[in-house]
Amino acid sequence: MPLANINDSEVDIVIGALQSDLTSFMNEWRTIFSRFHLIIVKDPDLKEELKIPEGFNFDVYSKSHIDRVVGSSSSIVFSGYSCRYFGFLVSRKKYIVSFDDDCIPAKDSKGFLIDPVAQHLANLTTPATPFFFNTLYDPYREGADFVRGYPFSLRNGVTCALSCGLWLNLADLDAPTQALKPQQRNSLYVDAVITVPSRAMMPVSGINIAFDRESVGPALLPALKLAGEGKFRWETMEDIWSGMCLKVVCDHLGLGVKSGLPYVWRQDRGSAIESLKKEWEGVKLMEEIVPFFQSMRLPQTVATTEDCVIEMARTVKQQLGPSSPVFTRAADAMVEWVKLWKAVGSGSSPL
Amino acid sequence: MVEPATDTKSAAKVVPLLKDELDIVIPTIRNLDFLEMWRPFFEPYHLIIVQDGDPSKTIKVPEGFDYELYNRNDINRILGPKASCISFKDSACRCFGYMVSKKKYIFTIDDDCFVAKDPSGKAINALEQHIKNILSPSTPFFFNTLYDPYRDGADFVRGYPFSLREGVPTAVSHGLWLNIPDYDAPTQLVKPLERNTRYVDAVLTIPKGTLFPMCGMNLCFDRDLIGPAMYFGLMGDGQPIGRYDDMWAGWCTKVICDHLGLGVKTGLPYIYHSKASNPFVNLKKEYKGIFWQEEIIPFFQAATLPKDCTTVQKCYIELSKQVKEKLGKVDPYFDKLADAMVTWIDAWDELNPSGASAKVSNGQA
Repeated sequence: MPLANINDSEVDIVIGALQSDLTSFMNEWRTIFSRFHLIIVKDPDLKEELKIPEGFNFDVYSKSHIDRVVGSSSSIVFSGYSCRYFGFLVSRKKYIVSFDDDCIPAKDSKGFLIDPVAQHLANLTTPATPFFFNTLYDPYREGADFVRGYPFSLRNGVTCALSCGLWLNLADLDAPTQALKPQQRNSLYVDAVITVPSRAMMPVSGINIAFDRESVGPALLPALKLAGEGKFRWETMEDIWSGMCLKVVCDHLGLGVKSGLPYVWRQDRGSAIESLKKEWEGVKLMEEIVPFFQSMRLPQTVATTEDCVIEMARTVKQQLGPSSPVFTRAADAMVEWVKLWKAVGSGSSPL
Repeated sequence: MVEPATDTKSAAKVVPLLKDELDIVIPTIRNLDFLEMWRPFFEPYHLIIVQDGDPSKTIKVPEGFDYELYNRNDINRILGPKASCISFKDSACRCFGYMVSKKKYIFTIDDDCFVAKDPSGKAINALEQHIKNILSPSTPFFFNTLYDPYRDGADFVRGYPFSLREGVPTAVSHGLWLNIPDYDAPTQLVKPLERNTRYVDAVLTIPKGTLFPMCGMNLCFDRDLIGPAMYFGLMGDGQPIGRYDDMWAGWCTKVICDHLGLGVKTGLPYIYHSKASNPFVNLKKEYKGIFWQEEIIPFFQAATLPKDCTTVQKCYIELSKQVKEKLGKVDPYFDKLADAMVTWIDAWDELNPSGASAKVSNGQA
């Protein structure tokens, strides 16, 4: 594992707590989490007190903090999985790593515990190569390099702003797909990190991610809230929307997005069939969302992440707004988020 | 330490898919001893051997293989003046094999590529994996984070639009190499001992609009879908450049695939690449290419084809015009290459008239 030249103090690990008892979760992660500062954000809809074991360096934020900072008349709703964005907002660190609270460290094909935090940080601190595909995948990895035919002028790469990891056991499939194959579990460990090419769109799963908050913080946003949004990933699209926005921003600003390692082990939770009965909307919306983002081009004059988000929000309202109020609300939330980021997300900590 | 599979004779019983629809094209200048190791996987298939270099030399083909062999004399005889587009003293000559084939699919492999082992120690049937790749759809319009969704045990991830889940036909399957990786000369000089020991268990579609360096060592394609774009250019004897043959074909192919809505996959299968070519010799061959690719890449990245280019040949001729116009000023070589691209298409169409198949007399066995 290449040592990232990062101080642990440059990293926040943000966990959105959708379950109140985090004891076994935190214990599973202990050897990896204990050196970092953690931000734990409690889902405002959760009634019970959080149970967190001893031995960690953490701060907890709950409904009262959120209400105090954000105010009551916000178009942003920090509930469910979106509660973690509050953690992204109040962090002051350069790098953020975030996992769903039903994930634990996985083991690699040799049986060793995988440290996904170290891998994410390695991904973020080595360049990405979005302008030309390297057939040996990440050229900066030990034992690999750029292949013959890769232009030399592109070998410096660009800053990697987002690292998207994967999942063993319960993969991030949508409800119809998982419902069709209820026994299917992901056991394939693909030993690669890939830069997702510029202008190639992808579904970013929020289950296992890390990003450079300094570069692209404002572009990870809680905006798309499905009418039937629930407490299982099958019942959400908020991360997919956020990821599409982020990819457009990265492509525009010349930053990179990597996908692949690290893997986490995602525990079985919920029922795809139950979620399917409840929530179809997200699947339908993707049919509009994907072509929209694929053709999105930001004007050259837009040069900061915040301005990118404002510009995208404008376009969302104009082009997608008419087809569903979900999009209008998302556009409003995006604008609100940038305001919030400028007021609360930058400068010295508000709390 | 990665090693090739040494005992393939005891490999599991092979069901030769596409036995009568696929030709294996092998360029060679020395011998074909390596075929002995591939026998269980290759024997059911027809081979097209393209012999480069001295035509008076006899290339011995191991017993039991069904093959046709072409040397330079055969190429000259069959193509006449058009033979000028086929390189001499370079493995680029292999594309002659693509042209004379009568099959739907081509698999091409270098004569220093052996059977590799997967992490469990099992011998990899590279041809079988290529066939799986080429017979299943590609997904160039949206990136699937779990790689090939059609693979057993995999699928499309949450957020992947259903309307894109049928995919598009796969035109190219690009395999990789364990042991000696496909590095350019400068990298070889800096890292002479580096070996690729990482087995990445994935096949993925290269997104639309993204270019890649296509290596011809372990490559499979659908001749009907993309054959005419697989021209490996002017390399070797009398040419200012070498080791860019497959690169050139790959860039042209990707632009045309993107235009026609066809897919290109990369990843599995792995072969074991045994020979490291001399980096100093390579440097001399690649030298101009290293500078030229800085112009070539932006050219291909910006290349667009008009809507009325609906066949591979039309796309390719159009590309050749753009090469002449835009790259001609980089070096007169590109003028020659653009002309050769047109000659190639002429020759292709002559040998492959649509409808009835043209009978071409074989080279000497």
